[in-house]
Amino acid sequence: MANGRLSIAAERRRQRLLAALGIPALVLLAMLFAYPVLRLMALSVEGGSLEWYAKALSESLYVEVYWITIRIAIIVTLTALLLSYPIAYLLATTTPLGAALGFALVILPLWTSILVRTYAWMVLLGRNGVINKSLLAFGMIEEPLALLYNELGVIVGMVHVLMPYMVLPIYAAMRRVDPDLIQAAEGLGARGPRIFLRIFLPLSAQGIFAGSILVFVLSLGFFITPALLGGGRVIMIAVLIEQQVRDVLNWSFASALSTVLLIATIAIYGLAQRATAERARVAQ
Amino acid sequence: MLGLVCAPIFLFLMLPLVIVFPLSLSSAPYLQFPPPGFSLRWYENYFGDPVWIDATIRSLMIAATTTLGSLLVGMPLAFSLVRGRYRGRALLDRLAIAPMIVPAIIISVAVYGIFAKLRMIGAWYGIALAHTILALPFVVIVLGAGLRGLDESLEQAALGLGASRWQAVRRVTLPEIRPSIVTAAVLAFITSFDELVVAMFLAGSQMTLPKKMFDNIRMEIDPTIAAVSVLQILVITAGLLIAQRFGRGATALDVD
Repeated sequence: MANGRLSIAAERRRQRLLAALGIPALVLLAMLFAYPVLRLMALSVEGGSLEWYAKALSESLYVEVYWITIRIAIIVTLTALLLSYPIAYLLATTTPLGAALGFALVILPLWTSILVRTYAWMVLLGRNGVINKSLLAFGMIEEPLALLYNELGVIVGMVHVLMPYMVLPIYAAMRRVDPDLIQAAEGLGARGPRIFLRIFLPLSAQGIFAGSILVFVLSLGFFITPALLGGGRVIMIAVLIEQQVRDVLNWSFASALSTVLLIATIAIYGLAQRATAERARVAQ
Repeated sequence: MLGLVCAPIFLFLMLPLVIVFPLSLSSAPYLQFPPPGFSLRWYENYFGDPVWIDATIRSLMIAATTTLGSLLVGMPLAFSLVRGRYRGRALLDRLAIAPMIVPAIIISVAVYGIFAKLRMIGAWYGIALAHTILALPFVVIVLGAGLRGLDESLEQAALGLGASRWQAVRRVTLPEIRPSIVTAAVLAFITSFDELVVAMFLAGSQMTLPKKMFDNIRMEIDPTIAAVSVLQILVITAGLLIAQRFGRGATALDVD
């Protein structure tokens, strides 16, 4: 390190070594991820025609699928937000012990198999399920409610799966709120609701935004929950893609649908990232 | 007031996890709640059925291979991404995280297309290869965070004292980031062990545990699936406790 020129040469060697360390992963990602996905997308324009996109984007049967997908994604996002915000607020403001306990309750479902949870919801929501049986027993309903194998069941299951992804970013944003700000507001005579509306809510907006984008995008590509809780009656785009590949064997069409889903996913993430960067710039 | 609002939401979160316990111990041959009596028959069903056991062993094998593979590939990659300043580094970074963003159904169909050509459908190592791609983002994020939080001067000191670069990494850096390695391993394992969509396409007639569960839920719901669910919850909880005890940065996904 005494000799500047030597250390530049050493640094160059080190950088070459570091670049080389990435090669195995690069090869693996290229062979098993980038190439297969690009090849799949290429299938949609095989023969140089856009007929599969025309079919995917014009036939009312399929337009209905996008509409259902987007509608469910929006409802799931809003519901998850509504349920997650108080939880995040509780976690951010309660005692350390309470927060640890609350966290366990949020994280445990996250790491429980989606299949286990989906199955449990079938037990709970079914025609003879726990919820219907209880409501009947208490005389609150006359007939079992249709809670399963429809959009409602899919939404309940998806909100349950996706809620932790909403709680965590909102919680992170709330934790960044400077407690001194709250104290200052209190010192200046502001009350609870006012402090919440004027300080906490705006400052946690970034977390709301991040969580909502994440949940919305994850909803768009969801497969397991709609496939099981929808009972074949709620066709979201991922379910349609699976059907096209496995039952109909129409690869070109599945490819066009996959491309549409992929572009939507990347576009939303890209726009969100740009918006976040823009806000960070403005804030500075 | 806040507690009053939050209690039912916590109940909503925990209800599906809690409900499978009494269900798995029910003596009724079909779903009935509350259960009419106590029995271990669904656990016996599971342990006595070679298809279930076979699927479980295959899933464990795939998950272990995925964990090993994603660490072997992901560890050097994390070093490369955190410390490298070469051209193309940012692009490689994005590529490594991308499998987390691209919907699983698209990756599944895409890899299915390739593996069908290569006649690799039904091969367990094919599923492990695909799962390695899915686990890689978690490994890179967790190990990357561990490496970034590391004081590099220790490694410099080892080099200054005459250690080779490899010795310095093996004797100084790796022990330092061991908690991150444990966490990354647990995440990779769970990612694979719980994965259904890729396995559905690549497994052919071979069963993995999630695929067997999916088929069972679709075809004939009997409480065997509740027993399997309980066992799975216990396995995952054990994994998380390991991560909590020996890991770092832990169990919450880095969702930013």
